[in-house]
Amino acid sequence: MSNPAKTRFNRYQTFNFVNTHPVIKGNVDVSHGTVLYMEDVSVSFDGFKALNNLSLYINDGELRCLIGPNGAGKTTLMDVITGKTRPDSGSVFFGQTIDLLQMNEAEIAQAGICRKFQKPSVFDQLTVFENLELSLKADKGAWVTLFASLNGEQRDRIDEVLEIIGMTELRFQPAGILSHGQKQWLEIGMLLMQEPRVMLVDEPVAGMTHQEIDRTAELLLSLQGKHSVVVVEHDMAFVRSIAKTVTVLHEGSVLMEGTMDEVQNDPRVIQVYLGE
Amino acid sequence: MKDRVTYPVHIVFLILMLCSFISTSNAQIAQDDQIEQEKITFSTAVSKLKVRSLSAKGTAIEQLVQFDNPQKIVILQALVDGKLFEDRENGQIVIAEKKAEKFSIELAESGKNIGLVDNSVIKKIRINNRLRSKIRNIIAEIRLNSADPDQRLQAVKMLSKSINPASLKILKTLAETEKDSDVLDKLQLIFALDSLNSSDRTIRLKGIETLKQKTSLKAVNRLQALQEKNSEGQFIEPDAEIRKQAKSALVKIQSRLQFYHVTETIFFGLSLGAVLVLAAIGLAITFGVMGVINMAHGEMMMLGAYTTYVMQQIMPNHIALSLLLSIPAAFMVSGLVGIGIERGIIRHLYGRPLETLLATFGVSLVLQQAVRSIFSPLNRSVITPEFMSGSWQINDFLSLTWNRLYILVFCLLVFTFLLQILKRTRLGLEVRAVSQNRNMAKAMGIPTARVDAMTFGLGSGIAGVAGVALSQITNVGPNLGQSYIVDCFMVVVFGGVGNLWGTLVAGFSLGIANKVLEPFAGAVLAKILVLIFIILFIQKRPRGLFPQKGRAAES
Amino acid sequence: MLLKYFSNDKESGVVLLILAAVTLIIPLCNLIFSAGSVFYFSAYTVSLIGKYLTFALLALSLDLVWGYCGILVLGQGAFFALGGYAMGMYLMRQIGDRGVYGNPDLPDFMVFLNWKELPWYWSGFESFPFALLMVMVAPAILAFVFGWLTFRSRVTGVYLSIISQALTYALMLAFFRNEMGFGGNNGLTDFKDIVGYSLQSDTVRALLLMSSGMILIAAFMVCRWLVKTRLGRVVTAIRDQESRVRFLGYRVEMYKLWIFVFSAILAGLAGALYVPQVGIINPSEFSPLVSLEIVVWVAVGGRGSLYGAIIGAILVNYGKTVLTGVLPEVWLFTLGAVFILVTIYMPDGLVGLWKRKIGEINHE
Repeated sequence: MSNPAKTRFNRYQTFNFVNTHPVIKGNVDVSHGTVLYMEDVSVSFDGFKALNNLSLYINDGELRCLIGPNGAGKTTLMDVITGKTRPDSGSVFFGQTIDLLQMNEAEIAQAGICRKFQKPSVFDQLTVFENLELSLKADKGAWVTLFASLNGEQRDRIDEVLEIIGMTELRFQPAGILSHGQKQWLEIGMLLMQEPRVMLVDEPVAGMTHQEIDRTAELLLSLQGKHSVVVVEHDMAFVRSIAKTVTVLHEGSVLMEGTMDEVQNDPRVIQVYLGE
Repeated sequence: MKDRVTYPVHIVFLILMLCSFISTSNAQIAQDDQIEQEKITFSTAVSKLKVRSLSAKGTAIEQLVQFDNPQKIVILQALVDGKLFEDRENGQIVIAEKKAEKFSIELAESGKNIGLVDNSVIKKIRINNRLRSKIRNIIAEIRLNSADPDQRLQAVKMLSKSINPASLKILKTLAETEKDSDVLDKLQLIFALDSLNSSDRTIRLKGIETLKQKTSLKAVNRLQALQEKNSEGQFIEPDAEIRKQAKSALVKIQSRLQFYHVTETIFFGLSLGAVLVLAAIGLAITFGVMGVINMAHGEMMMLGAYTTYVMQQIMPNHIALSLLLSIPAAFMVSGLVGIGIERGIIRHLYGRPLETLLATFGVSLVLQQAVRSIFSPLNRSVITPEFMSGSWQINDFLSLTWNRLYILVFCLLVFTFLLQILKRTRLGLEVRAVSQNRNMAKAMGIPTARVDAMTFGLGSGIAGVAGVALSQITNVGPNLGQSYIVDCFMVVVFGGVGNLWGTLVAGFSLGIANKVLEPFAGAVLAKILVLIFIILFIQKRPRGLFPQKGRAAES
Repeated sequence: MLLKYFSNDKESGVVLLILAAVTLIIPLCNLIFSAGSVFYFSAYTVSLIGKYLTFALLALSLDLVWGYCGILVLGQGAFFALGGYAMGMYLMRQIGDRGVYGNPDLPDFMVFLNWKELPWYWSGFESFPFALLMVMVAPAILAFVFGWLTFRSRVTGVYLSIISQALTYALMLAFFRNEMGFGGNNGLTDFKDIVGYSLQSDTVRALLLMSSGMILIAAFMVCRWLVKTRLGRVVTAIRDQESRVRFLGYRVEMYKLWIFVFSAILAGLAGALYVPQVGIINPSEFSPLVSLEIVVWVAVGGRGSLYGAIIGAILVNYGKTVLTGVLPEVWLFTLGAVFILVTIYMPDGLVGLWKRKIGEINHE
């Protein structure tokens, strides 16, 4: 048994326990402590390499921050994990056994990987309550949904999340009237409703006030352990306040990984951010 | 339709055609002068044709032939065709052509038109079959000596209809001096066909060898006859070697026929494709580049077609010229209407494609009804000018109609023109800038509103030009546009939105696919199959044949 | 009780009440009162209103997919026509040997084409229940196959609109062919009976109007229920943010597919009710123009409210009846103008106008 955390920088190593019997559905096998494996992933758009042989491993229950200049491939990376973009090559596994490249967006979401988008995308026409209801972890087949009604437990869960995101009073308001920051929170609430194993959070604090940012940091910190959280953020102060491990992306590959202090003092990172 | 042998040199530019029109009419005037001088003697010879006795008529014909006057062929031809008449009132010999209930007559000796008369005023000059075949041979002989290879070819063709020792002799004399390859070719065919009747086996085999090279319906029929069996199951042709050679010659010809057949199908496909491309190319601009769903696009074509009609009404005596002038006129009419639609309606609806679709559909209904109210709901007939009618007869099995050829060429010209506009002009640059990033373009000082209007006008104008072409091959009526709109969208979507080359390739390939399927499935079913194919294709590649690439296209 | 049920949606309640009244009163008046009476409605009026009701059902079916699911189908007429043809085939079989050629098995047009026996796909249509089944199954199958292919490959927006238009256009060309065995150009007509009763009789006409009304009311209730379930909310969410719904774990294509199939079934029912009341079905019902007209009905009424579609269908068609009677030339001008004005000035239709008015009054 090898510890993936120790071999993390050996990019081209394929773990021998991954990939042996790929399955699509079933429980997430994290017996080696790693919840997401991305190996040798390349994506190109019309000649432009958005991801270039990228390898990245996320530990179960960890809170990881991804930083990098514009065009480093942060959003593309999330697109690949959630099934929006198919990579040209490479492999992406959820746990040791679930091959994400063979699944579509809905299947990946049901398996337990959920995502908050860079641009807040809530359903403007539906109320806050309904937005959360649709995100509820439940059977999402059309027929079941047609006859679905909320049981007490589910109502309690929605109330609980409304409490967490501070929108109990706004529950019957259409989401369209919310402010930008509130929409961000609602979307985080929608993530919580799905009770995911992995949360991918793209720029959660854009457009938020200082108080809101602090609360978001608090919330994300409280989530680690139960969920694995991957945060993409430009706000360095915010990253510093939450991050244990930071991964720096540059030109579609991992430039380095380490604590915030290590990263900030690394000459390569400084060069990438500040230029020659 | 007259057989016409012409060469591809003729095809290309309409202007050349016009020049040749002008030069022929000049030649006509020169000829008229000549007729004037020879009138006295020639006209007496002509007037002798009205004698009753058939033998005297024969003599009169022989006399007439002696004159070196080109009009004599016209008169003799009219005599054979039963169009030569005597005017009961003044005894003049006239050539009459039936027009509605009356006859339009012209003086036989000069060809000068002298108006319309009633049936009762003129009396037909009658001949019998013997005289008729005599005249035919005379005409052919006169023509065989003509300096014009076209005339000689016509004469050879006429003689070949009834081959006898006498006509063969005439033809053999001609073959000795003939230089023109077409005429020689035809002569060889006639001699080879004749040699099959010979008793000499080597001559027959040589004849078959020659026929092998010829692409002629007669050769095929004759060779097939050699394979036939009689009712007792025995071969009519006793010589096995001849049969074998004939069979191999037939196979050879048929493989060539196959090739012509394929060529013809491809030509039909390309010409249908050209129509599709012409119709769709304007849409490729409005839909592809601007992203506007213009359901009134078909009506822009309809306006172009009606412009052609109106231009012909304005100058009924210059059909070819009016067609040429229709092209800029239609561009202006449709383009201005297009700009009007853009300024009045579409600009309120940018970013709402479905609403644009509905509003422009409303426009299409209004335009259709407007045309119905102004021009009547019936189809209007647009006259096809001389140079576009008829066909280019390459051989017995392959003839290409001129109008389709012209449209093919025209389509490529329009395409090139459009491509150059987008590539090289300021407007083209601005159009591409606005279509890629509207806000950025605005920030850089490009007047986006004006660019939108101009682009839409350009796309609509091109549709109008397509309408001019359509008026030459289909009925011009209020429903003209509607019948093309679905096809247009299919071509653009199939080719890949925003890609002019895609539209070109898609139009041509759909045209060919249609024509390839037609023999097996029939026209309507072929069309249905193509539609179903596109529907299925879009499932597989929602962005068409040549999708726009890049990060922007992903979202 | 009814009013209580509709307490927070009074408009729907009012429309439903009016529909119920029309469905009951007009046929009864036609049957009870004689021609001279003020309360009498002529057979013509009964057929006309029956026709409007089937159009309303058709508009309702389109509003479900367009207004709630955001799929602008420009080929809804195809499902309507398929349902109509299924009913027409049954009515043709009811003619029996009373056709011009007196052939007991073959419809006139088949005798005319020298066909010797019924094509296989005509078998079973002598039975009314089977025909009723096919009225729903035929459009459903077409919608399923088309939807399965398009939604799975994520063809959306105008692309979907355009290829749905191509679909109905292809069907129109196909049905124009004599070889298809559906009467070609002329379609199916000269119907005599339905379930043994003459289509000309007042009672049958009245009953047809009643069934149109009742099916419309039932369909309206079912649609209202449908859009208020969680499935309805998922569908609305798909309309507004399709990809987001996918990332919540819903298989969007399946939701679209089922809504689309259900809507096709409603359109098929509308077609089946339309044919006996009008007496003919021919390939022109497949023409893209017919399908676009349906879109106008919904746009005028206001999409995404269900009752708006019903109001729109009835108003536009009433306008069409009046105008084509008085000034046939003006009809297309009007229709075109309505298209343009509605899309630019009242994108939410009459319902939107009404809601705004109410909002203003409440504000004051």
